[in-house]
Amino acid sequence: MTNMDYIRNFSIIAHIDHGKSTLADRLIQHTGGCDARNFQDQILDNMDIERERGITIKSQAISLPYTARDGKTYNLNLIDTPGHVDFSYEVSRSLASCEGVLLLIDAAQGVQAQTLANLYLAMEHDLEIIPVINKIDLPSADVERVIEQIDSELGLDTDTHLKCSAKEGTGIEDILEAIVQRIPPPSGTPEAPLSALIFDAQYDPFRGTVIHCRIMDGVVQSGDIIRFMYGGATYKVEEVGHFLLSRQKRERLSAGEVGYIIAGVKTISDVRTGDTITLENRPCDKPLPGFKEVKPVVFASIYPIASDDYEDLAVSLEKYKLNDASFVYEKDASVALGQGFRCGFLGLLHLDIVQERLEREYDQSLILSVPSVRFRLTLKDDTILYVDNPSHYPPQMDIAKGEEPYIRAAMMMPERYLGAVMKLCQEKRGMNSSLSYPGPGRAELIYEMPLSEVIYDFYDRFKSVSQGYGSFDYELIDFRDSNLVLVDILVNGEKVDALSQIVHRDRARACGLQSCERLKEEIPKQMFKIALQAAIGGEIIARTTITAFRKDVTAKCYGGDISRKRKLLEKQKKGKKRMKMIGNVSIPQSAFLAVLKSDTD
Amino acid sequence: MNLPGLYIHIPFCKTKCPYCHFYSTTDLTSMDAVIASLVREMELYEGEFDTFDTIYIGGGTPSLLTVQQLDVILSGIHKHFLVPPDAEITIEVNPADGDLAWYRSLKDLGVNRLHLGVQSFSDQALTFLGRRHRADDAFAAIVNTVRAGFDNFGLDLIYGIPGQDLQSWRKSLECAVSLSPPHLSAYQLAIEEETPLCHSYRRGSFDIPDEDASLAFFLETSAYLERSGYHHYEVSNYAASTSRKSRHNQKYWDYTPYLGIGPGAHSFKEGKRWWNHRSIEGYLKDLGLGTTPVAGDETLSRDELRLETLFMSLRTARGIDLAAFRLQFGEDLPKERHSIIHSLVASGFIVVNDERISPTTRGFAVADQLALIF
Ligand SMILES: Nc1nc2c(ncn2[C@@H]2O[C@H](COP(=O)(O)OP(=O)(O)OP(=O)(O)O)[C@@H](O)[C@H]2O)c(=O)[nH]1
Ligand code: SF4
Ligand SMILES: [Mg+2]
Repeated sequence: MTNMDYIRNFSIIAHIDHGKSTLADRLIQHTGGCDARNFQDQILDNMDIERERGITIKSQAISLPYTARDGKTYNLNLIDTPGHVDFSYEVSRSLASCEGVLLLIDAAQGVQAQTLANLYLAMEHDLEIIPVINKIDLPSADVERVIEQIDSELGLDTDTHLKCSAKEGTGIEDILEAIVQRIPPPSGTPEAPLSALIFDAQYDPFRGTVIHCRIMDGVVQSGDIIRFMYGGATYKVEEVGHFLLSRQKRERLSAGEVGYIIAGVKTISDVRTGDTITLENRPCDKPLPGFKEVKPVVFASIYPIASDDYEDLAVSLEKYKLNDASFVYEKDASVALGQGFRCGFLGLLHLDIVQERLEREYDQSLILSVPSVRFRLTLKDDTILYVDNPSHYPPQMDIAKGEEPYIRAAMMMPERYLGAVMKLCQEKRGMNSSLSYPGPGRAELIYEMPLSEVIYDFYDRFKSVSQGYGSFDYELIDFRDSNLVLVDILVNGEKVDALSQIVHRDRARACGLQSCERLKEEIPKQMFKIALQAAIGGEIIARTTITAFRKDVTAKCYGGDISRKRKLLEKQKKGKKRMKMIGNVSIPQSAFLAVLKSDTD
Repeated sequence: MNLPGLYIHIPFCKTKCPYCHFYSTTDLTSMDAVIASLVREMELYEGEFDTFDTIYIGGGTPSLLTVQQLDVILSGIHKHFLVPPDAEITIEVNPADGDLAWYRSLKDLGVNRLHLGVQSFSDQALTFLGRRHRADDAFAAIVNTVRAGFDNFGLDLIYGIPGQDLQSWRKSLECAVSLSPPHLSAYQLAIEEETPLCHSYRRGSFDIPDEDASLAFFLETSAYLERSGYHHYEVSNYAASTSRKSRHNQKYWDYTPYLGIGPGAHSFKEGKRWWNHRSIEGYLKDLGLGTTPVAGDETLSRDELRLETLFMSLRTARGIDLAAFRLQFGEDLPKERHSIIHSLVASGFIVVNDERISPTTRGFAVADQLALIF
């Protein structure tokens, strides 16, 4: 039995790119959690998509044995968390399993939006906070300024900070000691009835659902009959264990520990993140508080490219959702695209990641409708309607007032890019700007703007006008009046509801025209001429056509030409498979998102 | 099942035409060695193939061969395989080569069909194409063909040549028709990768017709030749009567097996395709060791076969044989693809009856895309 005094549960939290995963690497190496042969940078970022993009998407737990200066060996449960705002739900859930955090601050960038946001999350959970200034090796590091910020902006005691360079491995020992000395051991009673909080899960094709949990009270071991308190389903535990770099089987999990449970759970919907697990024959009184509900801000529908794949998509979504608690979805149907799902995302990066993971991990070919924010409409009869799906937009004449969500965008950049960024914000209906200079040569620009304007290409364009030196963050502030209309797109006269958009009336014409132009670029020539139109109600506001194939045939086709020709056609055919047939027109997957892209790139 | 066809590739040319992507060399020194090896290769396929009712000697330029050399090849064929008396035996002839005596000897060797690489009746176009012959030679070749007693022969013509407009192309067509060839092939000039023509095209040395102009050439060709009594039976091929279709080429389009002999030649049998080394060296070396000079092969999967069947049959006026398609792939196209077939018919790309889906002339022009729709 593990003595709880020798357990420390903590997360590493920070703004994006401040070095959490790199620090995790050093802690793992220092404690011998990974031999040199198997080591790679950001080793906890084990998804392909994380490695390709260089960011953490999923929180990742690992147990490390550490022999401290006091000669005793502690079991450190580290959770590396993502820094991007779209994945903050991952952070908040990780914190529920911890008694303390390492709050990392990049010595050159100083305190940033997610430093604060994540600090508040840690405070909500009453956690011990150890501020760690990272990247002190950088020539541009300004440790003094960061110490100043720890006091003025974070309101923390400056004496508590540590300094390190995760990259060069300096200051690591002090961090490990501080974890042991300052973060309290978990509380909880091993003798009490089992209560374990599910903070994550994942679907394993061989073992069924693997539940990630923190044991609050009690003990669980294989053979136990567990019960999920929300739905009441019971299962017999097959295996429990800790996370090392892979799952490590253990005798039991006991109060204060973080680990996994495998119980042959094949009915995926029985497992819900935030639910409490207890023992069937000796249940705890009441479930743990669980997690706050996620509040998606961006919505889009997904459809299988081939309608036959609907059931398969439904199963994949269920499995996917296990491993991404911030993803929400419900059934939806489109006239043009058939049965699908309406999904909510925490942001555009999240949307992008979900789509990509579904394609990669579940081999799904998807069509994603044009993303939308959630609008607030007041109808003439005073009812209030929240609409995030253009196909649920009421008749224009029933609407008394339209409102759309606004954000406060905070952008940091070297001063020389200010002009270009301001111009971009202006174009995106930004207002009430304010400007400050947090450091020499660095400007911080605050704008209020409609969320719908940043929803697609704002971030890319911001990065490009600031040549990659800018950082961008936002928070939702409120709903504001907006003269809204529904712009529909017609392909050969047939309305494609998945391409409809709710936009500000002043932007409707430009938006309609842009949609037609984008579609013209994305939709390849076909056998028939294709008419593309944008309309508000019955009024056509923009139109364009795609000409049909005139001549496309190989002149000679004998012996050797045949396989050559077949291979060429196969390639085209593969491309076509990823297109959706609407009437007689094949529309590529890319067209649905391209509609939102502006022409400046 | 139809009897298989035999193709013999003669990989030699006197000069290389800049647009050509066929395998051939202008180094003629290994000619006799290759001819001997052709016969050796035939021997290796004895047993696997026994009877051929069409033989096609192509290239390259088979008309560079002497009567003796051709005799070696044809005797080889007769020695190793059975050739029924009514077999179609074709040889490709460059109008620059051969005199009347040579043409007559072909007849004596049993050749009964000639395919003349006329390409154009305009000297300007022939110069652009880098051909060895002039328009005069083309007329002379046709005269020799007829005088030697060949009643079955075809002409190759190329359109879409830079500088050529519809009118000058029409002249070439009229010229061809006035000579009453039983068979005509009209190909659009294709810019093939890695050819000298492709390089100069990339450098912007000349323009080729755009899609609209290409279609105009194509439709004009078809309309004019049909009016002149030719049947447009494949995308690029026209016959004066059913009996004058190229029986050999038909085999490529309807999945009859064929054996290709010679460097770079392709063969097909029972869903398997294989091809020879595209180098004389490699070809001779393998045969020297007594093995077939095969460079690669592929066995077609159901989907590959299905796609090939579609695009090959949509190249021919007969089109897709629905019963055969149902039998082979278990798909009832008119039933399963009802709505798209309906719109393709309405737009004039295909005609459909109980037995087949056949492309119209407009359909021929987009045959590759048609295949992708099904
Ligand atoms: N110079 C320097 N670079 C560092 C240091 N620590 C991390 N980096 C670099 O900073 C970048 C981001 O590091 P990560 O560890 O992936 O950052 P992260 O906080 O995990 O990022 P997210 O998980 O995406 O929020 C990488 O290029 C690291 O090599 C450091 O101490 N010094
Ligand atoms: S003669 Fe025929 S095979 Fe030889 S190079 Fe010219 S086109 Fe090619
Ligand atoms: Mg990370």
